[in-house]
Amino acid sequence: MNIIEVKNLTKQFGELKAVDDVSFSVSKGEIFAFLGPNGAGKTTTIKMLTTLLQPTSGEVLVDGNNPATQKYEVRCSFGIVFQDPSLDDELTAYENMEFHGVLYKVPKNIRKARIEQLLKFVELWDRKDDLVKNFSGGMKRRLEIARGLIHHPKILFLDEPTLGLDPQTRNHIWTYIKGLNKEENMTVFFTTHYMEEAERVAQRVAIIDNGKIIAEGNPTELKKQTNTSSLEDAFLKLTGRTIREEGVGAVDHMRMRRRLWRR
Amino acid sequence: MEALSLKIMSAIYILWLRQLKRYFRSRSRLIGSVAQPLLFLLALGFGFGPIYAKAGGGNYIEFLGPGIIAMAILFTALFSGIEIIWDRQFGFLKETLVAPVSRLNIMAGRTLGGATVACFQGIIVLLAAMAVGFHVSGGLFALGFVFMILIALLFTAVGTTIASILEDMQGFQLIMNFLVMPTFFLSGAIFPFEGLPKTLVLISSLNPLAYGVDGLRLSFSGVSHFGLIPDLLVLSVITALFLGIGSYLFSKIQI
Repeated sequence: MNIIEVKNLTKQFGELKAVDDVSFSVSKGEIFAFLGPNGAGKTTTIKMLTTLLQPTSGEVLVDGNNPATQKYEVRCSFGIVFQDPSLDDELTAYENMEFHGVLYKVPKNIRKARIEQLLKFVELWDRKDDLVKNFSGGMKRRLEIARGLIHHPKILFLDEPTLGLDPQTRNHIWTYIKGLNKEENMTVFFTTHYMEEAERVAQRVAIIDNGKIIAEGNPTELKKQTNTSSLEDAFLKLTGRTIREEGVGAVDHMRMRRRLWRR
Repeated sequence: MEALSLKIMSAIYILWLRQLKRYFRSRSRLIGSVAQPLLFLLALGFGFGPIYAKAGGGNYIEFLGPGIIAMAILFTALFSGIEIIWDRQFGFLKETLVAPVSRLNIMAGRTLGGATVACFQGIIVLLAAMAVGFHVSGGLFALGFVFMILIALLFTAVGTTIASILEDMQGFQLIMNFLVMPTFFLSGAIFPFEGLPKTLVLISSLNPLAYGVDGLRLSFSGVSHFGLIPDLLVLSVITALFLGIGSYLFSKIQI
């Protein structure tokens, strides 16, 4: 059974197609890596899957519901760790967790237990009453990951979750996520720039470039297909060696202009 | 069904609580938003007091008090609404927007939080005004709080509306100069409408804050320009209108 089903998904910002006629599916309980260079359309796709952005065209089903029209149902089914920070700096670590737990309707006793368990797990329990603004980047990241897991979602979206984390923490967190994946059959959809991470963790991989999916399969298949020995080499062979720019690209400019004049 | 409404309540409650926590933790904001109205009250009140009395207007502090209370509420409420822009820039807005809570409930929690903070601010300024010689007279004291709540709700909703349209803080100075200050100056907060040029009175009577100031003055001092029913009616209708517009635009936000 496919828990995520995407057919001919397109998102256009002005003249530019950020996501161009993309189709793929993720089956229930799978760990799926969505890879691509900067600006390839990964985050835009995630935003459409998670109800934050309306697609220009195409069909999307997340846990059997359409994110564009059945937002509430879709939102009940997933948890997400965003690419960029999304904590409230003026609240403490515990309050950030509590806020999330309440919004996701986790019953009080379970909420308390899970917050304690997760904060201990990411080694922030002794800092739980500190304001988040006093945290380092890595601590914030750990807190965000812990927060995304409070409500034990059916699908977990992770947009470059391990960016800026040391190998120890990365390993620690993936062990936990893989555990949840096994125990609760939680589907994991993640993006990363660490190819060896994708190779180690993901059961299936899709590579997107310039808004189009250019390869799909398990890491072994992709290596065989490109005749390379690592996923990193396969990735480079498929997407080329040109360095992409993000944040100053035409898409972003247009996106910004569009936003400013949207209404 | 009961469990569901309880859960909706708790979502609104936690959003409300967050606004309060943020407010009381930001000491500079707390001090600033009390100090500014007080400065206006003292400087204008004692500065223009003698001339106002000479012109036959009576005690200026008595006149100015309600206006300054309205000002404190206006500023605090508007900024609470505009805080959405910060939340967007710091990323926290995404966290709320992907949660399984309707935008209407998010808006409700935030607006109630902002309005609570603004009312609190109004009460502090009321007490401060009383300390420097403002007298509350007449039996409509409780009505004053109704007007405070209405002004607070209205301008939190206006702030939300603005924040839903603007995407960054660049337009902020513009809003300050072309919206907030004129709203305040043309509300009858610092000078009476009697004897003003007709155009000015006309413009002022289109300003919703004028009805709020008038309502506060009626409640605390028993003096009114528009009358109780118009004050309540105009303010309630416009508040409802902006709550509607704010909710609609907020529900359309895409990240």
